[in-house]
Amino acid sequence: MLHLLLFLVFGCACGAGAINLLVQRHPINSALSLVVVMGSLAGEYLLLGAEFVAAIQVIVYAGAIMVLFVFVIMLLNAGEEERTSGSRVALVLGVPGMLIGAVLVAWLLVERSSTVTVAAGALPGDPQTIGWLLFHDYLLPFEVTSILVLIAIMGAVALASPPGMDASAKKEG
Amino acid sequence: MTPNFHLWLIPVLPLLGAAVNGLFGKRFSRTLVSIVGLSSSAAAFALGLWVATEFPSLASGLYRETFAPWLRAGDFRVDFGFYLDHLSLVMLLIVSGVGFLIHLYSVGYMWEEGGYYRFFSYLNLFLFFMLTLVLASNYLVMFIGWEGVGLASYLLIGFWFTRDIAASAGKKAFIVNRVGDFGFLIALFLLIKHFGSLDFVSLFASIRPLGPETQGSGLLTSIALLLMVGACGKSAQIPLYVWLPDAMEGPTPVSALIHAATMVTAGIYMIARSHVIFDRAPAAGMIVAILGTLTAFFAATIGITQTDIKKVLAYSTISQLGYMFLACGVAAYTAGIFHLMTHAFFKGLLFLAAGSVMHALGGEQDMRNMGGLRTKIPGTFWTMTAGTFAIAGIPPLAGFFSKDEILWQAYASPRGSWVYWLLGLITAFMTSFYMFRLWFLTFFGGYRGSLAEAHAQPAGLSPASHGHPQTAGSGSHGHGIHDSPKVMLVPMIILAVLSFVGGWVNHSFENFLAPVFRDSGSTLAAEAHPASGESPAEEGGGKESLLMVISVAAALSGLYLAWLLYCRRPELPNEIAQGMRGLYQTVLNKYYVDELYANLFVKPLVDGSTKLLWHGIDQNVIDAGVDASADAARHVSDTMRHMQSGNVRSYAGWVAFGAAGVIAYMIWIGVR
Amino acid sequence: MVPLSCYLVLSGILFACGVTGFLIKRNIITIFMSIELMLNGVNLSFVAFAAQWKALSGQVFVFFVMVVAAAEAAVGLAIIIAVFRTRKTLNVDYVNLLKL
Repeated sequence: MLHLLLFLVFGCACGAGAINLLVQRHPINSALSLVVVMGSLAGEYLLLGAEFVAAIQVIVYAGAIMVLFVFVIMLLNAGEEERTSGSRVALVLGVPGMLIGAVLVAWLLVERSSTVTVAAGALPGDPQTIGWLLFHDYLLPFEVTSILVLIAIMGAVALASPPGMDASAKKEG
Repeated sequence: MTPNFHLWLIPVLPLLGAAVNGLFGKRFSRTLVSIVGLSSSAAAFALGLWVATEFPSLASGLYRETFAPWLRAGDFRVDFGFYLDHLSLVMLLIVSGVGFLIHLYSVGYMWEEGGYYRFFSYLNLFLFFMLTLVLASNYLVMFIGWEGVGLASYLLIGFWFTRDIAASAGKKAFIVNRVGDFGFLIALFLLIKHFGSLDFVSLFASIRPLGPETQGSGLLTSIALLLMVGACGKSAQIPLYVWLPDAMEGPTPVSALIHAATMVTAGIYMIARSHVIFDRAPAAGMIVAILGTLTAFFAATIGITQTDIKKVLAYSTISQLGYMFLACGVAAYTAGIFHLMTHAFFKGLLFLAAGSVMHALGGEQDMRNMGGLRTKIPGTFWTMTAGTFAIAGIPPLAGFFSKDEILWQAYASPRGSWVYWLLGLITAFMTSFYMFRLWFLTFFGGYRGSLAEAHAQPAGLSPASHGHPQTAGSGSHGHGIHDSPKVMLVPMIILAVLSFVGGWVNHSFENFLAPVFRDSGSTLAAEAHPASGESPAEEGGGKESLLMVISVAAALSGLYLAWLLYCRRPELPNEIAQGMRGLYQTVLNKYYVDELYANLFVKPLVDGSTKLLWHGIDQNVIDAGVDASADAARHVSDTMRHMQSGNVRSYAGWVAFGAAGVIAYMIWIGVR
Repeated sequence: MVPLSCYLVLSGILFACGVTGFLIKRNIITIFMSIELMLNGVNLSFVAFAAQWKALSGQVFVFFVMVVAAAEAAVGLAIIIAVFRTRKTLNVDYVNLLKL
């Protein structure tokens, strides 16, 4: 019972944040709504027993990625959105298409819903077990992902540096 | 032991000459080109002579060489092979001998022309094909030569191809010959179907047992008629003679060699070779004789009115070929071949002499502008005199013997009739008349041309240049009218001597060719007198002498009339022409046959081809189809390119739409 | 005891909101945030299924998704900054040089 209640609370917070993201015109408001969504999702993960995932959701997603978004919005001085209509296709084909897809999936879920229920804390995801998996069964993806992050850092630095920066860096260095 | 004659060398040597001159001649000097051309034709003639000396030692009277298999289809087989019997030996000597003499003449005649090497290459090529034709051992190899001489004729008639009229004449010759070849091919198909072979020896062996088709129809008659169609094309009989007068656009040596002495005789040779078939198809023989007689008469009437010296000789050729056709039609093959030989001599000579006259006058071909050349070019005059007397049939020259033989056989042969003889006699009179007309107009009287006055001739004076497009009007060399160089005169003299003495071999010639046509006599006799076995042609010596006297009288009266009209009273011809204006105009315009053909065949074909095939199908269907597919591709891509708008959101829209589609599809599959 | 399909429905809602945001928003940064929303929705369904099947690899996968999302966000935002320098606009409708 409590489980259901908590689920609903967090779920509504997620939904409200998501809808607010769509509705708001200023990007900073959308960013803050997204933070709300991520926080609520962390609660959902806890309900499912995935404590490690919930922790890194808060630390990495809400704490690092969203902060990055906010910094960029501040850096670029993004203002309110203008009303331009660039593409009719997106509105005419895309939104109905998405709606149809969503309805279909929902129908499928309702139709084929089994009575499987998930208990709170069903599968405890403690860091030790996940660590064991990471460094034994999923070692290769782990290492590859670390290289990916390295490349992403270099790429981001190269792309975002002002033009002429490397030249003057070379001159000084 | 059968000796090996290496017959294949005889055609191959001219082919080699043609190849060398054709491929490398452009870089050779004129002398080198002449040497190559002359030596290959001389070698062919020399080999022919050697074979002729060795041939009588053969017991069987025929000699075969086979090189390689060509076609094998079930039971039917054709090999590349050559075949020598008395008939082909005679043709071989005529072709290579006269061919060599004309090669020699061409050295002088064509010396100042452009494309010298090309001319000799084509001449040698022609020799190769003609020799293949006469030496062939089966109809298919003969057909190679048949088509090849047509090709060489086209190349040589259109030698000055930059002139429209020459190119059209070459085209006309080739196309009209094609019509004849079609008949020939169908005849070959029938032979293959019913007798399974095209080889002369085996084919005729299977035909010999068959009896004559006296009811006038049947397989052999059809084959013979179709062969006759082929011969009509090649030997310029009605209705396929129209190419020969136009072929005079080619250089004069070409007219002499191809359209007088050799190629046009290929049809006669083919009929003589197929005598086994014609003997057993009397209806076809009759049609051949009728056609020949009509052609001879018809062409002679046209020859009377022509003013171009080469055209007169062209119509004369058609007329003489008609005589040969007549001879073959009444199964007097020996007489036909005899006339073929003497005709090669005197007609070749006449053309060469005409070329010599034209050469001296700087390209003048219209006889109205000639005259009085007797003293100026005596060598040409005397040789041409020999030729003219020969063709008129005045004894003791060659033409008298051969023409008289034909007229006698036309009358007396079991298939002959006095109608043939009478028409032949009138034609002989006309022949004598127009040839002496030519003789008088060219060499006697006063000079009517304007050559001594200017180098550049004003337009409209000479209606046809003798084919010197580059050197028009300058051939007089600026120093008076002079006779031809020796290299041109020597062949003419040799041919004149042959025209004189050629007829004296009458009887030995007949005996020589007798083995070839031996069975002709028996078939004819069996059909004419089923009971008796004697050929009626052996009787009637008195009648023969009488007819001979009559024909000589006809020739002499032709001479007298020509002298009267063109020497004594030169104003008469014009008055006569004015008097019979309608008839004269018709004959002068060659009975409008060319115009008839143009409207009946050429114009509908060209119109149909242009309107239906070109505009209708090629442009509107095929081109339109291709264009339409290109247009369609362009329209489709024009429409599709709107998808690439550069707008990220539209891309996202498409992706979402597509993803929805995929999800729907997968759900549908899963649910089913 | 919450049925599994509830978690999946929530994940679907998040995902649908992300797609809609991608389609209708004009600011490039907001579009990027919609992408992050989509990824989050997917993460939720991963964890839900991991709980159902009692397989921890679901959660490990979420870990990887997050790392990749971080890398992608870093690079993507760097690109946005670079584009902003030349185009001086954050409106995605004005960045259409690739059109035909």
